[in-house]
Amino acid sequence: MARKAGLFDLRLVIAVLFAIYGVVLLVVGLGFTDEADLTKADGLNINLWSGIGMIALSAVFAAWATLRPVIVPEGGEGTGTA
Amino acid sequence: MPVLAQVDLRLDAGPLDYTLLAVYFVFVLGIGFLARRSVSSSLDFLLSGRSLPAWVTGLAFISANLGAIELLGMAANGAQYGMATVHYYWIGAIPAMVFLGLVMMPFYYGSKVRSVPEFLRRRFGKGAHLVNAISFAVAQVLIAGVNLYALAFLLNLMLGWPIPLSVVIAAAIVLTYTALGGLSAAIYNEVLQFFVIVAALLPLTIVGLHKVGGWDGLVEKVTGGPGGSEQLSAWPATELTGIQNPVLSVIGIVFGLGFVLSFGYWTTNFAEVQRALSAKSMSAARRTPIIGAYPKMLIPFVIIIPGIIAALVVPEMVALKAGDDSGGVVYNNALPALIGELLPNGMLGIAITGLLASFMAGVAANVSSFNTVFTYDLWQDYVRKDRPDEYYLRVGRLATIGGTVVAIGTAFLAAGYGNIMDYIQALFSFFNAPLFATFILAMFWKRMSAAAGWAGLVAGTLGAVAVFVLAETGVLDLPGQGASFVGAGVAFGVDIVVSVAVTMFTRPVPEERLVGLVYSLTPKEDRRHSTTGDDAGWYRSPVLLGIGVLLLTAVLNIIFG
Repeated sequence: MARKAGLFDLRLVIAVLFAIYGVVLLVVGLGFTDEADLTKADGLNINLWSGIGMIALSAVFAAWATLRPVIVPEGGEGTGTA
Repeated sequence: MPVLAQVDLRLDAGPLDYTLLAVYFVFVLGIGFLARRSVSSSLDFLLSGRSLPAWVTGLAFISANLGAIELLGMAANGAQYGMATVHYYWIGAIPAMVFLGLVMMPFYYGSKVRSVPEFLRRRFGKGAHLVNAISFAVAQVLIAGVNLYALAFLLNLMLGWPIPLSVVIAAAIVLTYTALGGLSAAIYNEVLQFFVIVAALLPLTIVGLHKVGGWDGLVEKVTGGPGGSEQLSAWPATELTGIQNPVLSVIGIVFGLGFVLSFGYWTTNFAEVQRALSAKSMSAARRTPIIGAYPKMLIPFVIIIPGIIAALVVPEMVALKAGDDSGGVVYNNALPALIGELLPNGMLGIAITGLLASFMAGVAANVSSFNTVFTYDLWQDYVRKDRPDEYYLRVGRLATIGGTVVAIGTAFLAAGYGNIMDYIQALFSFFNAPLFATFILAMFWKRMSAAAGWAGLVAGTLGAVAVFVLAETGVLDLPGQGASFVGAGVAFGVDIVVSVAVTMFTRPVPEERLVGLVYSLTPKEDRRHSTTGDDAGWYRSPVLLGIGVLLLTAVLNIIFG
């Protein structure tokens, strides 16, 4: 009987990490960016844009992991054959 | 004046940046704990139970190499030499990675060996195996130490952390997750690290390009700068090779870097090949280096271009490039200097995390390949045979701890004697140089004898050492990268000549022992991979993917030639 490897799918780990990073940067970019920060990055609100990019990356991995879950075959090939 | 340099490069990291860094450490250690649950045998621990999908092993394949020397060194080359640096990727990596996947992987994966030295044992017996296993194991722990030191040095420069503290903290984190989760933890973290590095470098590149006025502004400024417009084209790279004649320079790149050096590194270095051996099927193993080749082809854009930009916008780097080295910076500082110049708090934290992630993954790759070779190739073959598997799982965990402790020692040694790092790296290029010659002969020439296996390796290594000594003492005058290109070439040639000569006078290995190891003695079905289930579909064909990446690389060479 096959089961889903829901607890430890690397794609979900990536999705969660970049969701955290993305939201933090988005909030910093929207609410806590002063003139000095903008001047440093040549007028770009780089925190805001990077945050949006990371949230998008997170969404892609979450969608991939949801649409194509890992199926672990019971006693599958290659495990414990040492 | 090093004091000045430290002040210049100190990053203005705030609580937010440290928090983002801390979040990453939580994930890294969490992966170690989660991966531990899937470890129940030594094969699980040392080879991920041969269960990983190709996109994971493919990204880990290039991440394992995306360490300290790569990131800082290639950005530095970008700052100093410009676009010619792409050769380290497009000529010096992609063809070898495709060759490994298409030509050599059927024998590595198909023969079910657990390491590169084990292939030599099955093919040639003990002589060649011992030479390779010992030199590889020693090399990996020492290089792990060099990587640790590079990491601590950068932390000291950027954040002001004391070097001994940084060495111990970084080693403790790497040790925790590799000792818990084994290769799976190392590989999963390498994949995570890949995305964090891209998340750090892509925004840096975008801000940098914005700063210099887009691509047109970059072209204009480099053309008007001390390097001139030559630095915008990849060929003929006379500055990089140190060879004045453009035709000879191109030949030097293609044969020296592209053929001998890069094939030796990418196809026989177990720290790389191990990632492919942990794949779940023959098809996934063959696709591993080829899938890795696609990001490898693109990643110079976020490493080399920031290097070029650093030499345009960081005042101290501009001065250095104009020939004034009184500012105290060196080209190796290009990437951290640009990060400090352009990124505000927030992205600054991500960038620091990306650099740290890259350094730690480099150390983890060294440690996780060392413990496999130590356990299977040294301990199991020569010290304690025929014990139950739990015994070797325990040896693997202890080897991980022991390897890390030796690496910490090497890091402190490197901290005390600066140029010892250069010598350690030179030393290991000697071992690597002749390996490709031996492997190609071993896989395609069934007559090659066991004595030729070790004799070729030893003679080739001595050939490389001879060139190194002649170049160091000034007998041979080879500027730039010339000495390492020639050294590798000599090692390759000597290995072939000695292997062929020794084979003529010694008995061949009995053919029945070579099934699965040598091309002409392996039935065609055994070299094939399945094309059903997870391996189905034209887009999973290794040959098609390999041709695709070679064509794209050729196109990039034309555009940026």
